[in-house]
Amino acid sequence: MTKRLRTAAISLAWAALAGAQTPGVPAAPRRVAPPRVIAPSYPQRPEADPAALDRGKALYGAQCNFCHGSDARGGEGGPNLLRSELVLNDKNGEAVAPVILNGRPDQGMPKFPMTMAQIADVAAYIHNFPVGGYDVSRMVPLSILVGDAKAGQSVFGSKCASCHSVAGDLKGIGAKIPDAKVLQDTFLFPGGGRRGPGGPVNVAPTTVTVTPESVPKVEGRLARLDDFIVSLVEADGTPRTFRRDGDNPKVEVHDPLAPHIALLPTYTDKEIHDLTSYLVTVK
Amino acid sequence: MKKLAACALIAIGNLAAQALNPKLLTKPLGESWPTYSGDYSGKRYSSLTQINQSNVKNLALAWVSRVAGGAETGGGRSGAGVPTIVGGEGTNEVDLGPFGGGTNVRASILEVNGILYLSAPDNAWAVDARDGRQIWHYFWKTKGGTHIGNRGLGMWGDWLYMETPDDYLVCLDAKTGKERWHKVIADLNLQYFSTMAPIVIGNHIIIGTGNDLDEPGYVEARDPETGDVQWHWNAVPTKKGDPGVETWGSLDGARHGAGNVWIPGSYDPETHLYIFGTGNPSPAYTNPPSRAGDNLYTCSIVALNVDTGKMAWYYQVAPHETHDWDSTETPVLIDGDFHGKPRKMVLHADRNGYYFTLDRLTGEHLVTGKFSEAANWAKGINKKGQPERNVAKDSTVGGSLVSPNSGGATNWPPATYSPDTGMLYVPTSEAFAMYYLTETDPRGAMGLGGTDEVGVGTLGNYLTAIDYRTGKTVWRHRYPGVNPYGGNGLLTTAGKLLLGGDMSGNLLAHDPATGKILWHSRLGQVSNAPETYMLDGRQYILVAGGDTLYAFTLY
Repeated sequence: MTKRLRTAAISLAWAALAGAQTPGVPAAPRRVAPPRVIAPSYPQRPEADPAALDRGKALYGAQCNFCHGSDARGGEGGPNLLRSELVLNDKNGEAVAPVILNGRPDQGMPKFPMTMAQIADVAAYIHNFPVGGYDVSRMVPLSILVGDAKAGQSVFGSKCASCHSVAGDLKGIGAKIPDAKVLQDTFLFPGGGRRGPGGPVNVAPTTVTVTPESVPKVEGRLARLDDFIVSLVEADGTPRTFRRDGDNPKVEVHDPLAPHIALLPTYTDKEIHDLTSYLVTVK
Repeated sequence: MKKLAACALIAIGNLAAQALNPKLLTKPLGESWPTYSGDYSGKRYSSLTQINQSNVKNLALAWVSRVAGGAETGGGRSGAGVPTIVGGEGTNEVDLGPFGGGTNVRASILEVNGILYLSAPDNAWAVDARDGRQIWHYFWKTKGGTHIGNRGLGMWGDWLYMETPDDYLVCLDAKTGKERWHKVIADLNLQYFSTMAPIVIGNHIIIGTGNDLDEPGYVEARDPETGDVQWHWNAVPTKKGDPGVETWGSLDGARHGAGNVWIPGSYDPETHLYIFGTGNPSPAYTNPPSRAGDNLYTCSIVALNVDTGKMAWYYQVAPHETHDWDSTETPVLIDGDFHGKPRKMVLHADRNGYYFTLDRLTGEHLVTGKFSEAANWAKGINKKGQPERNVAKDSTVGGSLVSPNSGGATNWPPATYSPDTGMLYVPTSEAFAMYYLTETDPRGAMGLGGTDEVGVGTLGNYLTAIDYRTGKTVWRHRYPGVNPYGGNGLLTTAGKLLLGGDMSGNLLAHDPATGKILWHSRLGQVSNAPETYMLDGRQYILVAGGDTLYAFTLY
């Protein structure tokens, strides 16, 4: 689907979260997994009776678990039940009952002689799993450290050392950003997936130098740039805008992240993983 | 009796003034815009020349019109008392927009007999093409579904057709906006949502749908009068013995393999082939044993006989796709020279960063090119012309640095082809993302699950001109600015113009031969591909920016 829109929505959500932070308090380390939760666009089920869930869980564990998996996402021979059309259209067991009671002999599923009340309990248990791709509860924080720290040190030498030093600006970076995944994403593109506040490191704003032919050059924070206009804010807060006509005036953009962007096409994944494994040791 | 006759005459007069003459649909794009791409070819190349390279600098704003969605808009801010007609099976009364972002026209707009017909999720409007005056507004109270976009309306005679996010096909009277009927086209319980602009071909209303769970994407032909199903085509095998089932690890995997149909296709009236692209396989990012294989007919260009729904040919542009890159971008049908011989072809620039030329009659592969410079997920091109996936660039626990990001090197914003230059123009994004595998249990992931994608910067956004004979990039224009994000749809005209929005809210007119910018106007936002039409001897350029329409002309 047009993921661009979804990503934009997520970034809006993040902007809202960032805005909710207390001024003056340093930003918390970024999340392990992004909040990819779609608004409840799809039919929501009423909350189940906890006693029924308990009974259903016990029945499911005894009768269904082996073939369909403890998470109902499929197991030894049985398909994923959560995405089954029958289950998705079932309310209280009425649709799944014939399958449970009669089995599916052609697909190797035996009959289960349950009462309708038991079937309703099993259905309640299955329906209690969240259905959908963005199930944050399943995004377990795996360790992403798969690299070789020693090799990473030499990657640092070739890719990073011309601008950075682990004794200088990156001193203690592995302790400052304790989550290895956040650390990895941060060295690839400081400021997070998108620019703006809320990231684990502060990135200086992009600046621009505009050199018109007749007047002295002007420098400041870049506000806007397209093929026709360059706008900036000078150090004293003065907003300035110049019309562009080809190379006149001369416009030089100083993006502090340009070296990071230029590195993107050059990395191997091994270099990235090695570098991360090295940087986590820089305490 | 006389009175009756006069009434009948008026009625006929109205009919003639409003209804879409079906013959118009088979003509090359000219004075009207009666279907998604303007005509069936998908070229988005208009034969109009009144606005051209020599006078485009004099373009002036003709009118501005703002629309507002929702049940109680009073007809919108430009509507001055125009009633909102409310339909729908749900309870929601506010305009949800894409993820609550408000009314946003990211769709094609029809122009038929002086009236514009446009849409956003749950909303349709008729607007006077001469001055932007709103004529009616229809609002659909939704039950849910992902409100990511609506790509436009289809028209058959006096009737309009709209898909809704909660999976209805709604038929409206074009004159009044009143609903004639609505029909369920997919099961919301299975998390389907419907975005496609219906395509009207003869007496078939072609619809498409999909979901972000694991259900099959499909195309259907519906009866224009009743909405009943004429034929149904699943993008994936759903029962034993279905063709393509051998390209899946199991029948259950195939049945839950997606191949969603989000975006309209094109149509070849000579061969009666409806040619469109299918979405990626599901689960989108992981490799459960149930999806071992090439996963037909996902990520494919598919040709169906429009009368029977039977597949004439297919070409899979990405076997076993693993980054959520749909191949649904509208195929472009052209007749042209290919190595000294006239040939009927299909052009397609894919989200995965590769470009393809195919034979339109057979699906034979002719050319593969790479229009994204950053794309790094393939290790080469195989004998069939398909990019070969580098398995190491799938989502991994340690993270894989991949371009494109999941938004793709290009997306739904349409490309355009100019026969004057022989080039396909493609909005192009060169973004990178880290793809982390978060579900190591191969059974576990569903839909878009099992991965965490983190954007890590972009080389920029471009307008890319591709030679269909070689697949090579002829020129590119980089939209200036830092970390631009996105891409806008395009239009070419026989006035030797290439029009489209940049990343900064400008509408631009380029020279299609070189990319040189000839004219621009800063609207603040451009949200769809520009279109053009002619009324009273005057050519208009029409574009949407969010909830606002802008029409330009020459005075």
